[in-house]
Amino acid sequence: MADLLLQVVQGLSLGAVYAGLALALVLVHRFTGIVNFAQGELAMLSTYVAWQLLDAGMPFWAAFPVTLAVSVAGGMLVERLVIRRVEGGGELTLVAVTVGLLIFVNAAAGLVWSFAVRSFPNPFPTALGFGSAQSGFSALGVLGVVAVVMLALHVLFRHTGAGLVMRAVVADPVSARLAGIRVGRVLGLGWGLAAGVGAVAGVLVAPLLFLEPNMMGGVLVYALAAAVLGGFRDPVVTVAAGLGLGVAATLAGTYVEFVGADLKVAVPLLVIVTALLLPRRAAETAGQR
Amino acid sequence: MRGTGAQAARRTRARALAAAAALALVLPLGGCRLAGQDGVVRTGPCAGQQSTGITRDAVKVGGVYPLSGPASAYGAIAAGVRAYFGYVNAGGGVDGRRIEFVVRDDGYQPARAVEEVRRLVELDEVFAVFQTVGTPSTAAVRDYAARRRVPQVFVATGASRWGTDTAHPWTIGYQPSYVAEARVYAQHLKETAPQATVAVLYQNDDFGRDLRDGFADAVRDSGVRIVAEQSYEVTDPGVQGQLANLASSGADVLLSVTTPKFAAQAFAVDAAVTSWNPVHIVNSVAVSPAVMASVEAGKIREIVSAVYQKNAADPEWADDPAVGAYRESLLRYAPEADPASQQAMFGWTAAQAFVKALQRMECPTREGLRAAVHRLDEVPVDTLLPGITLSTGPGDGFPIESMMLARFEEGRWTSFGEVVDTRAVFGPVRTASAG
Repeated sequence: MADLLLQVVQGLSLGAVYAGLALALVLVHRFTGIVNFAQGELAMLSTYVAWQLLDAGMPFWAAFPVTLAVSVAGGMLVERLVIRRVEGGGELTLVAVTVGLLIFVNAAAGLVWSFAVRSFPNPFPTALGFGSAQSGFSALGVLGVVAVVMLALHVLFRHTGAGLVMRAVVADPVSARLAGIRVGRVLGLGWGLAAGVGAVAGVLVAPLLFLEPNMMGGVLVYALAAAVLGGFRDPVVTVAAGLGLGVAATLAGTYVEFVGADLKVAVPLLVIVTALLLPRRAAETAGQR
Repeated sequence: MRGTGAQAARRTRARALAAAAALALVLPLGGCRLAGQDGVVRTGPCAGQQSTGITRDAVKVGGVYPLSGPASAYGAIAAGVRAYFGYVNAGGGVDGRRIEFVVRDDGYQPARAVEEVRRLVELDEVFAVFQTVGTPSTAAVRDYAARRRVPQVFVATGASRWGTDTAHPWTIGYQPSYVAEARVYAQHLKETAPQATVAVLYQNDDFGRDLRDGFADAVRDSGVRIVAEQSYEVTDPGVQGQLANLASSGADVLLSVTTPKFAAQAFAVDAAVTSWNPVHIVNSVAVSPAVMASVEAGKIREIVSAVYQKNAADPEWADDPAVGAYRESLLRYAPEADPASQQAMFGWTAAQAFVKALQRMECPTREGLRAAVHRLDEVPVDTLLPGITLSTGPGDGFPIESMMLARFEEGRWTSFGEVVDTRAVFGPVRTASAG
């Protein structure tokens, strides 16, 4: 039983990480209608910014807001300099550009910080007497932060003017522009916010997975699966899916003999395919929320 | 109008003809040189052997290293090699031959490694390939090396197949194989904890399985038992789930057959989980300084690994003349490299082994080098640990098979116990585990 608890806790902490990055993916998609494959790498870059600040002697809770600000600005800059030029160039163009960005950012980070593994301080205390579930404390911290971000996004999407404007821009950019909406600014805001959420995910995951340029590569696969389950729309479903994936992959690796540790990576793929094969009606309701 | 058109067409045809003629001239010439009428010794006891890339006063050597990409930390090996060759050249070269070292980057991608080796052999006309790095790149290159009859010597990978594979006689390994390393750990457990239970975390690829299988073979018929095993893919984000699973076995020892990031994760999970405190045996691939810097003092019972070369960062060797020469030369010929890096030391030591092989050639030919690397008789290398030498022979394609244990204490590695000669204790590595 204690073993199961430990597995679930470890699964949840990984799941929270997947959910965090998935939220950033959803955010970009809601604002701009594209899937940003470079989201994980941008989060990794933000984490390096945080690491650099900490390395320079800044306390964690001072470095964190600075990192967020830098990330938001960086995200808007990427949108302005790179994405804006291919906006409306068809989905394949955008996919190619974001994948190119992924490779570029990865290589650039390797060039600047090398591919050596770095440890990252854990902002949450770990030494509290919870026995075997002690490592659960930092998992709880991660979960808490992700929940806050999720609720904030939920409110943003559903109950604010900005959310309405966003939906208008994605639904019909031309009409939105005619109605007086500054489309470019909205798109930039979307990228900036997504980069900020990605930075939160990166900083939370770094103490767990250790910082190196390929840190987010594996996470992106699971995050994409979670985002697909949420229809690239709903932050609450996305987070639930991320957590579920983390726990499912961990438990499947242990308890489903057939899956074992070798096939764990296939779990998110299975989830994506199943979600896409679901009856069309369900997919549409997910899409319209 | 028609006239100029025809003229233009004729001119184009003439140009095409000229180009074709030029090609026809160039190709056979190039082919000649490559097939090597001038690359073959004509007379004497070495007649018929290839002497491409080696003359009376120079020898050209090519190496392919991951200077970019995810494994670029291994690029420091090339710096160590360059420093040693610079040191040798400053001292008059090898038997009067200057070593010319050509380095290419494969980004740790096997396809690029093949391409770069092809360039080295066919365009740069190197005498030998020293070295290729990593099991995938080396495996990809060895068919080409065998076909072109080019020595691919002292490859930087611990896969056991380089030493057992008779179909590729032009390729030979250098460092202790993963099987030899596994045997050192098995021997240590048999002696100090004969009833130990072991949990194994291993990377699901050639490297991980080689070491895991080697360990399982070595502890068979002893009291040491493997009670739990978990694998991970190198693309997995984390191994937390696997460790939670292994923790439930309550094993005394965690054998961590991992690359650096995952070893660091294993330390972190153990530090956080108070109910399980195994002894960590960590393979030498994983123990980079960055990983060890992440270990929280006092949170882990004991960390053991295996070593075979001198560690320039270890105060034990602070006054060692061999390590002194290494530091000095690195500063002079490869100032960008960190002398404390085990990779740079690896390159320096392997280059020294390569030079010793060059000195032992009976014929200054590719065939001569191939024979020399398969006929090493307890050849000393001054940056290997005392008691460890290079030995090969008929049926023994493993230059180094001895290692020593080291324990991580107070922020640094301290070696302990005796040098374990794994061939003497366990016998030759069998072909079965060649993979």
